[in-house]
Amino acid sequence: MRHGPDPVRLHTPLDDTSIADLRAGDPVIISGTVYAARDAAHKRLVALVDAGEPLPFDLLGGIIYYVGPTPAPPGRIIGAAGPTTAGRMDVYTRRLLELGLKGMIGKGPRNTAVRAALVRFQAVYFAAVGGAGALLARHIVGSRLIAYPELGPEAVRALEFRDFPAIVANDVVGGDVFEAGRARFKKPG
Amino acid sequence: MEERRRTPVRSVSVERVREAVRVLLAEACSQLPAEVVRFLEAARFNERSEVGRRVLEQLLENARLSAETRIPLCQDTGLAVVMLEVGQDVHFTEGDLATAVDEGVRQARAENHLRASVVERPSMDRVNTSDNTPAVLHVRLVPGDRVRVIVLPKGGGAENKSALAMLEPSQGREGVVGFVTSTVERAGPSACPPLIVGVGVGGTFEYAALLAKEALLRPLGRRSPEAHLADVEREIMDRCNALGIGPMGFGGSTTVADVFVEERPAHIASLPVAVNIQCHSARSRETVI
Repeated sequence: MRHGPDPVRLHTPLDDTSIADLRAGDPVIISGTVYAARDAAHKRLVALVDAGEPLPFDLLGGIIYYVGPTPAPPGRIIGAAGPTTAGRMDVYTRRLLELGLKGMIGKGPRNTAVRAALVRFQAVYFAAVGGAGALLARHIVGSRLIAYPELGPEAVRALEFRDFPAIVANDVVGGDVFEAGRARFKKPG
Repeated sequence: MEERRRTPVRSVSVERVREAVRVLLAEACSQLPAEVVRFLEAARFNERSEVGRRVLEQLLENARLSAETRIPLCQDTGLAVVMLEVGQDVHFTEGDLATAVDEGVRQARAENHLRASVVERPSMDRVNTSDNTPAVLHVRLVPGDRVRVIVLPKGGGAENKSALAMLEPSQGREGVVGFVTSTVERAGPSACPPLIVGVGVGGTFEYAALLAKEALLRPLGRRSPEAHLADVEREIMDRCNALGIGPMGFGGSTTVADVFVEERPAHIASLPVAVNIQCHSARSRETVI
């Protein structure tokens, strides 16, 4: 775990090499295209996978950001855009990793099945600061609606990230920032 | 009939309630209460974890940016919980009260680009209502002729981690402290700590839950006036902050910002305990009409 002020710079699409050395707790800044999808969109995406139909975007090397932003005010790209709880997407995640998804961004821990799948398929889960919606929106410089407009805030969007700050929460060797952090600061009761 | 006409009744247009909800909701979503900002500033120095301190700094920067740009503090601008304390001498005029509250929510959403975060038929097809209505409205009658309007936009991530238990009377104080602490532990990183924990003890099943929500409205740092409850609050706080969860769950000494316990009499067979979890983006606003 790096403690220095220098975050690792990542650019999408990700590949095995770019994420192999990331460890839980490492700060990162992410640039490039990232796909916004949360609960309702995941349900539809996995239904498409089950039906053997193509997805509205290419998962290979991609990052999905669990976010439902507020509408963009006039003159802005996007409204507030912080992460939502990742655990609700656990039931869908393995199917997407099988198709080449390399990263996810959300808040809160993943279940053991997802953590095992991240090791197996060599992918990373990043955590961003929940409730920092106005701050994180400044690192999103483009937003294009690409599927399910009827879902409103849950529609799928292609976002352009510029230096989006996050932390490696689950790495490719099974590390978990939440467990490690807690173990360090838990007081014996 | 003559007697009844002479009782002092104050007419209040529901339009004034709509306007209050519209204004308060907009303010709540982009202006973090000063007491929460003060808490974050203090926690930034007291937090033992370096990454935890960085999280708290980001939250302070976020609050500053949000107030300046009116971009909401959090993309989850919440389900609007509206609490009305209505003086019993008030007579509402010019329409239906609940309709007026919803109209205030609808206008606040449209004017301030808040998120439509409400779905109908939640167990079925979950269709977004598109205007963030309906609000959840709680009305309580109190003495007097004023109307207190409280608006609490409640985010889903923290609300999801709330819990209620019908404990047995034999479990007593330790049962309450243990249930609240384990609820906070289960809530963990996903509920956006540092958390504010509202606890309702006693009453019935539904009343305990409402008490827990009302407890969230107490100003940060203010202990219960009941000595035994203040003591319980301090103990729960200490136990939660010893869990090590920390800001956003990355590990640290600041897991809860405060714990507020409200207690009411209960049935001889019962010890209801409700825990309402509030994220650090503790947005609420109120006014009196």
